[in-house]
Amino acid sequence: MTFVAKPRVHHPQLPLNDLGLNRRDYEGAVSTLCAGCGHDSVSAAIVQACAELSLPPHRFAKISGIGCSSKTPSYFLNASHGFNAVHGRMPSVATGANLANRELHCIGVSGDGDSASIGIGQFAHIVRRRINMLYIVDNNGTYGLTKGQFSATNDKGSTSKKGVPNLYEPIDLVSMALQIGASFVARSFSGDKQQLVPLLKGALLHRGFAFIDVISPCVAFNNHNGSTKSYDYVRGHGASVVTADFLPKDFIATAAETVVDYAPGTTETVALPDGSRLRLSKLDESYDPHDRAHALAHVLEAQQRGEVVTGLLYVDPDASDCHEILDTVETPLNALGEAELCPGQGALDRINAGLR
Amino acid sequence: MTVYNDFVIRFANVNGSGSASANGMFAKALFRMGVPISTRNIFPSNIEGLPTWFEVRASQAGYQGRREGVDLMVAMNAETYEEDAAAVVPGGYLLHDNSKGLDRRLLRADINAIGIPIAKLILPEFTNPKQRKLFKNIVYLGALSALLNIDFDVITGMVSTQYKGKDELIQPNIHALELGRRYAKQYLECPLPIQVRRTKQLDGKIMVDGNAAGALGALYAGATICAWYPITPSTSMAEAFEKYANQWRTDAETGQRKFAIIQAEDELAAIGIVIGAGWNGARAFTATSGPGLSLMSEFLGLAYFAEIPAVLFDIQRAGPSTGMPTRTQQGDLLAAAYASHGDTKHPLLFPATPKESFEFAADAFDLSDRLQTPVIVLSDLELGMNDAVSDAFTWDDARQYDRGKVLSKEDLDDIEAFGRYLDVDGDGIGYRTLPGTHAEKGAFFTRGTSRDAYARYTEAPEAYTENMDRLAKKWRTAASLVPAPEISGHRHRAGVVFYGTTAAPMAEALVRLADDGAPLDAMRLRGFPFAADVADFIDGHEFVFVVEQNRDAQMKTLLVNELDIDPAKIVPVLYYGGLSISADAIAERIIEHFDEHNLPRLKEVPGGLGA
Repeated sequence: MTFVAKPRVHHPQLPLNDLGLNRRDYEGAVSTLCAGCGHDSVSAAIVQACAELSLPPHRFAKISGIGCSSKTPSYFLNASHGFNAVHGRMPSVATGANLANRELHCIGVSGDGDSASIGIGQFAHIVRRRINMLYIVDNNGTYGLTKGQFSATNDKGSTSKKGVPNLYEPIDLVSMALQIGASFVARSFSGDKQQLVPLLKGALLHRGFAFIDVISPCVAFNNHNGSTKSYDYVRGHGASVVTADFLPKDFIATAAETVVDYAPGTTETVALPDGSRLRLSKLDESYDPHDRAHALAHVLEAQQRGEVVTGLLYVDPDASDCHEILDTVETPLNALGEAELCPGQGALDRINAGLR
Repeated sequence: MTVYNDFVIRFANVNGSGSASANGMFAKALFRMGVPISTRNIFPSNIEGLPTWFEVRASQAGYQGRREGVDLMVAMNAETYEEDAAAVVPGGYLLHDNSKGLDRRLLRADINAIGIPIAKLILPEFTNPKQRKLFKNIVYLGALSALLNIDFDVITGMVSTQYKGKDELIQPNIHALELGRRYAKQYLECPLPIQVRRTKQLDGKIMVDGNAAGALGALYAGATICAWYPITPSTSMAEAFEKYANQWRTDAETGQRKFAIIQAEDELAAIGIVIGAGWNGARAFTATSGPGLSLMSEFLGLAYFAEIPAVLFDIQRAGPSTGMPTRTQQGDLLAAAYASHGDTKHPLLFPATPKESFEFAADAFDLSDRLQTPVIVLSDLELGMNDAVSDAFTWDDARQYDRGKVLSKEDLDDIEAFGRYLDVDGDGIGYRTLPGTHAEKGAFFTRGTSRDAYARYTEAPEAYTENMDRLAKKWRTAASLVPAPEISGHRHRAGVVFYGTTAAPMAEALVRLADDGAPLDAMRLRGFPFAADVADFIDGHEFVFVVEQNRDAQMKTLLVNELDIDPAKIVPVLYYGGLSISADAIAERIIEHFDEHNLPRLKEVPGGLGA
C-alpha cells in the first residue's frame, strides 16, 4: 500500500548524519507486510545502517524478485530506484544493473523461496561472478504469500502450522555461498539488530559479493512450536561465532574501550575499502573467519547439532569483484557516450577492408 | 558452350576433417576474382564424424538465394556418396577420390565423373598423418583451381595471409595445392565448360555473415553489455561482438574495457542481465535462438510491462523444440511477436542481408531506447552463419544515439511532480529516470505488477486499463518508427509479401515469374508493428502471396490478426525443410496457383517455368 503517505513531519531532535540527513531520509513507504514480520526489522536495520554510514540515500539500486521479502525494497531508501523483477531472477537483474553502473550501491533482497528454489541457479552464478553487492535473503522457511507451503530452506522435521513435518533435506544458502566463492558471508537474525546492523554496514562497504542470510520469522505461517524458523527457536538455538562491530573511519578507541579485556586471539579488525573497519570478536579463538573450508565445516557441524550459526562467518577483505575480473573502465558503462563507444567510419573502412 | 560465373558447387565432407578452411578459401578466391557468390554451410549438430556440406553458388546476375541442383559435386564423404551423386544435375560433374577406383554408388551415366587419386597423391609427399588428412582438402582445392580456371595466385596469396607468422605451414599447403593442380592439368580436361572469370562486379563489396555484421552494428550502436548463452546458430554473434569489442573498445592507455560480456548460466539469466542493464541506462543485448526465446519469454513480458529497453537477436533455426538445430527457418515469428503471457507484443525487425543486419542492429538500440521496450531482431541461420557478398558497411559519424526520453538531474529540477508513466507527449511513451540521478526527485519503483501513472502499485480497474491503453498507443507510435516496408511493382492484380532471408530468392523468383507471365508487385516487410503502407499494399491487390519459411504461415497469421485482413486474400507459399527457400520453389508454387485457379497469365512462354 505504497499510496499510504508517511507523515512528513520529523521529530525535531532526530540526530543528523554527516550528510545532514536523519534516519527518516533513509526510510521507504509504509510496509504492507504482517505486523511483527521479521522482514520489517531487516528493512529497519538497512535504514539504520545506511543512515549511520552517511551514504547518499539516492545512490542505491534496490533489486528484488517475487515474494514477501521482495516487496521490502519499497520500505527503505525511498530516494533510490527499486526494481521488483520476476521470481527467482533478482541475481541476473542485479548483475546487469551493477555492470551498467558500478558506482551505485547495489542491494538485492530475496527470500528463501526466491533464492533457494526457483532462483537457486541464478543465486549460484551471481556468487561465482562476484558481483559487488549486498545480497540479503530474508529466510523464513515458508511461502508466505501463497499461505504457508514449505520452502527449500525449511529444516527436515520442522512442522507446518498444522503440524505436518517437512520430509526433505534443507538447502543452506550460507554453505553454498561459502563453497562457490562469496567473499563476505554472514548469517543473522531479524530479531537481533545489534548483530545485524554492523553486518549490514560491513557488507555494504565490502568490495565483492556480500551475502547475509537473515533468519526472519514469518509470524503468519512459521512462528509456531515445531518450526525451526520461529523467533523462539532461533533465540534458543542461535550460536553467534563471530560478532562484528563497525568502526567508522574516524573511530578512536575511547579510554573505556581500550581497557576492555579481550581474551587473546579472539579479536581482530578487518579494513574496509573506505577506511573504516570491522572489529571481529570471536567466541572461540580457534575459529578462522578467513578460512573458507574451516567456516564451511563449522557451519555444517553446527547444523548437525541443530544450532543456527550466526555472525560474520567468512570475509576476504582483498577480494575482487566482477568489474575487476572483467577489467572494465572506471567510468560507469552507462555514462559512456558516442565518442567513447563508436569507432566511427574510419575504423569501419578498416573493418570493411578486412572483409575483402 | 562455356558458362561463366554461373553454377552451384557443393562440397560433401566429413565433419571435423578440416574441410571448412579449404572450402572457405575456395569461396573467398571466387569473391576476390569478382565472381558474385553466395555460400551455404549445411552442417550437422555434431563435432566430428557426421556428414557436412558446403555449397557455393556463383550467379552472374548476382542472385544470392539458394538454387536447386548441383553442377559440380566434390564428393569427399563415402557415407553420402549415393545422395551426393543423385543431387548432381544431368550433364553435371562429380569430383571424387579414385585412389581405390570409382565407387559403384557414384556411378551415373548422365553425369561426368572426375577422378583424382587424392590419397595416393598425398601418401608419398607427407608423412604426418594429420597433414595427410587435412591436405586432402587442399589437394582438391588445387585441382578445382585448374578445373574452374581460378587464378592460382589468388589462392596461394590467401594461404600466405592465413598462415602469416606460421611460415612452416605455408610451403606444405602450397605444395598440396600444386599436387592437385598439376594432376588436373596433366590428366583432366581443363578448364571445364563451367568456369569462373574475373569481373569488376564486386568492387567495393565485402564478404561477411549476418552474425558478424549484427555484432558490429551492436558495437557501433554503443552496446556496452552483452549477456548470452551458447546456442547454435547465434553463438558466433556474441563471439564476434567480443572480438570487435576487444579490438575497438579497449582503452589505449589503461587497457581497460568499455564493455562487459557475460556468458550467462542460461538464457533466463542472459535476458535478466540485459534488462537489469537497460533499466540502469546501459545499452545491452543478448543473442539467442528459438529455445532461448522460449525461455526468455517471462522476462520479455516484464520488460514490456515495466517498459525497459532491451535488444534481443533471435537467429532462428528449425523448431519446434530442439528441432533441427543446424538448419534454418523463420519459425519464431509468432513466438517473438507475442512473447510472454497477457497482452504482450514486441517490435520486430527483419534484416535480409548482412548490411541490414548491421544497420538494423544499430537501429534496434535506438528504437528500444526510444520506445522503452524490448526490440527483437529476427535473423536466421541462413543469414547469420553464411558468408554473403554485401555492400560495405557505412556509418554516419554525425549520428547521435537516440537514448529516448531520459530525464537528467537538471530536467528533474524543473519538474514539479515526476510521473514515470504519464503520457506527457501523447505518444504513449513516458519519461524515465535512471537510478542515482537526483537526490530528491525522480526515484520510482519498477515492477511487473500493475501501477498508476506515478508508478504506485494499484489494482484499480481504471488505472490498469488506462495503462494498458497507453501501451497500445505506444504500439501505434512504434508502427511509425520501425523500418518501413520496401514496395516495388506497378499495380499488378496480385502481390507478394515476404521478409528476411526470403528476399534473396524472391528477387530471382520475381524475374522468373514476370518472364512466365505472372508479374507480381512485391512488398518486403522490414519491421513489426506494421506501418500503414502494409495494409494499403494488401488492400490494393486482389490477392497476395505470403512467402515464408515455416509450416503454419505465421506471417499470414500476424497480418490477419493485426490488420484485420480477410484471410481468403492471402495465399501462403511455404517452405520449411530446413534449407533456405529457393527461387525455384517459390516460382513453381506461384505458377501452380495461377494455373490451378485458371488465372490468366500475360503471355505463354514455351516450356513454361523450365528446369
